Amino acid sequence: MSKSTDKKPMNITFKLWRQKDAKSEGAFETHALGGVSPDMSFLEAMDLLNDDLTKKGIAPIEFESDCREGICGTCSCVINGQAHGPERGAATCQLYMRNFKDGDTLVVEPWRAAAFPVIKDLVVDRGAFDRIIQVGGYTGAKTGPHADANAMLVAKPDADQAMDAAACIGCGACVAACPNSSASLFVSAKISHLAMLPQGHPLRERRVLRMVDQMDQEGFGHCTNIGECQSACPKDIKIDFIAQMRREYVKAVMNYRPESASGGTG
Amino acid sequence: MDIKLDAKSPQGPIENRWAKFKGEMKLVSPANKRKHTVIVVGTGLAGGAAAASLGEQGYQVKSFCISDSPRRAHSIAAQGGINAAKGYMNDGDSVYRLFYETVKGGDYRSRESNVHRLAEVSRDIIDQSVAAGVPFAREYSGELANRSFGGTQVSRTFYARGQTGQQLLIGAYQAMMRQVDEGTVKMHTFREMLDLVIVDGKARGIIVRNLLTGEIERHVADAVVLATGGYGRVFFLSTNAFNSNCTAAWRAHKRGALFGNPCFTQIHPTCIPVSGDHQSKLTLMSESLRNDGRVWVPKKKEDCGKHPNEIKDEDRDYYLERRYPTFGNLVPRDVASRAAKVVCDEGRGVGESKRAVYLDFRDAIKRVGENVIREKYGNLFDMYHEITNENPYQVPMRIYPAVHYTMGGLWVDYSLMSNIPGLFVLGEANFSDHGANRLGASALMQGLADGYFVIPYTLTNYLGSGKLEKVDVGHDAFAKAEGDTNKRLESIVARAKVGGARTVLEIYRDLGTTMWEYVGMERTDAGLKTAITKIQALRKEFAAGFKLVLPNGVKERNQLLEVALRVEDFLELGELMAIDALDRRESCGGHFRAESQTEDGEAKRDDENFAHVSAWQYTGDPSKPALHKEKLVFEYVHPTTRSYK
Repeated sequence: MSKSTDKKPMNITFKLWRQKDAKSEGAFETHALGGVSPDMSFLEAMDLLNDDLTKKGIAPIEFESDCREGICGTCSCVINGQAHGPERGAATCQLYMRNFKDGDTLVVEPWRAAAFPVIKDLVVDRGAFDRIIQVGGYTGAKTGPHADANAMLVAKPDADQAMDAAACIGCGACVAACPNSSASLFVSAKISHLAMLPQGHPLRERRVLRMVDQMDQEGFGHCTNIGECQSACPKDIKIDFIAQMRREYVKAVMNYRPESASGGTG
Repeated sequence: MDIKLDAKSPQGPIENRWAKFKGEMKLVSPANKRKHTVIVVGTGLAGGAAAASLGEQGYQVKSFCISDSPRRAHSIAAQGGINAAKGYMNDGDSVYRLFYETVKGGDYRSRESNVHRLAEVSRDIIDQSVAAGVPFAREYSGELANRSFGGTQVSRTFYARGQTGQQLLIGAYQAMMRQVDEGTVKMHTFREMLDLVIVDGKARGIIVRNLLTGEIERHVADAVVLATGGYGRVFFLSTNAFNSNCTAAWRAHKRGALFGNPCFTQIHPTCIPVSGDHQSKLTLMSESLRNDGRVWVPKKKEDCGKHPNEIKDEDRDYYLERRYPTFGNLVPRDVASRAAKVVCDEGRGVGESKRAVYLDFRDAIKRVGENVIREKYGNLFDMYHEITNENPYQVPMRIYPAVHYTMGGLWVDYSLMSNIPGLFVLGEANFSDHGANRLGASALMQGLADGYFVIPYTLTNYLGSGKLEKVDVGHDAFAKAEGDTNKRLESIVARAKVGGARTVLEIYRDLGTTMWEYVGMERTDAGLKTAITKIQALRKEFAAGFKLVLPNGVKERNQLLEVALRVEDFLELGELMAIDALDRRESCGGHFRAESQTEDGEAKRDDENFAHVSAWQYTGDPSKPALHKEKLVFEYVHPTTRSYK
């Protein structure tokens, strides 16, 4: 119990990013908020702030959230310079105000990356992530009858590691934290998840080639092994997966075979 | 409207019914499938699996979600697992047993034919998910691991740590994105369905609002599939996601779709208790924890303020083990929740609010060691620690029931089609499989069953059964529905200009408190009548005006405006739930009427008068819905008093 257990309400100053849309210039706006309980989550404090702004006739700040328990990956704020705030291994929605003290100022910004244009205020467009998955982040199995689930055994360490990678929530904190705005942690997590399971093997090479290509096309930067992504990741995804992605990529380039022979099946 | 409720279940031995349906269904040729457009609203397990599967078959699918990405759907938050009658554990499981336990667990208020099909396809779901790369937990042998869940004495729950919903959802999402790449699924993110369009009595399209620009759009199709989840957020505080809502289903209801058993709500026994009045949601602690955690409160009221570790074993009341020795801590959710309420009502609750009980891992840690417990539940323990600032490895968790799931939903037949032809409803949004109480790890099973293995057949049967008129978005029905939506939005702007004493969120919280107090874990005749009066007053307040700032009207991103539109629907649905609960003068599953209980406080069903689905029709006045009944017939699982003792 390292954190304060004091229950006294706090006064917090919010310095928040306001931006009408991707084309407009943004600026910081400052609002003071009293009555912030240390047991509130950061997002609940933001709810309270918006209710306060509404009562003053000021437009609410737009920010995103959904599950509010750290699994959907919707929430996305840089708080005091850190993606998802100061708590390690936690998303913004899992950040509690007991991490701050009475009188603190919180600087709240959106994810900043060229591939994540600002939609409004603290909301950014992460459609690039969906487009990367779209080109290869899956096995080829279509809906229908398949071999019995236990017909193909998977060693427990492989299954466990695949799960470590699959735990990614697609929030984009890795991109926001990276000085190069690289999406390598996100992309490598999916590539590693499916490379470690036999079910992922038929599309293994195609997957890594297409996903890496799409990542580049979306305008994400390159990875230069800085490691900020791993520190910011709410699910503690390790940069080892980036190394694995590179191995997968090299192997795929070396093994490359055209996707179909010429001629037809006719 | 003259309505005859016909489930259209196939006849004959129950184990042959689904095969019979598939054998006799109408087909659509591959060349013709691509001429059909199907709308799927929602991208959770049911909607994502449906869009992927229908796209694979060649239908042109238009998929809609309210979030920035289809992967955000709330199925993602399901923790503990998914049931399937694989029988891998050699412990007596079978399709029949899963069927039997689901009907019994639902307290004999579900439809046998549907539940049997669910149990049958449960096995295919596991094969499908493994083929899709879902990293289920495995044994050292390389085989899939299973654990047990409430309401059953076999182990049939497959899981991926405490993130099973996430992994299954991502599996469906990835399959759907593959179809986006192949061009058979078109994804529309940031869209909220605000109306259903009916042409010649058939569902032919939807009206949506683009949540980024505020533009109203018309979308036409040959069928509409709703997979929009449950309505637990009517209670404001629940384990549901912040944006989960009833609007799509409620708008379909207002266009004629019947709402089945709206009062059937699941209150989950193990959630982190409410603290203070600022909370926006409650967090579930997976039912799987009850495999190793023991639930208790002090025997004596005066011990409730003591540190739990200082209370000796003989002064602890392990009340679930005491009352239900056969199932112990693994009784079904409705039973566990009510038992927690009883001990707290007796004044033996713990924590600051005295509305909590302990879930204690001390004995399990002693038995298997902290590392084993960490491997099984580490992420849940961390989550608990973050929220409460207490370490559950050292101090017992404090838990209390919270709203988690709604078994009620739009009425559907065996094909999962509502009473409006062409409108299909999947997953939590329909009423069909769980009766009055859902067993743990069965929501994921039902969502994927509906999306992967039911709708591809039943929708094809519908489209193959008759020719549909050619309709486009210029049709009068679209103009009318869009006009109605615009009028509604204008009315919100007008009310925001008028203003009021309270903000939208303040009114919403008030509705939630009313629902929890009177339409929650225990319902009485007087309480339900009070709820109806209070909800009507809230609706009146909301109709007059509220505080909401709309600097540029409705043509821009404004999430509080979205909340206002949803609250307007919750304010009507809440009353229907109270009306339904008032009408159902029996206790069954999660619906506990204080007037109908046995001597030892268990739910007392009234099969003579209430063995039916209550399907409510909207009449234009939310306070005066019309009731239709579908009689439930039990040919296999004969209703008896449900006992877990």
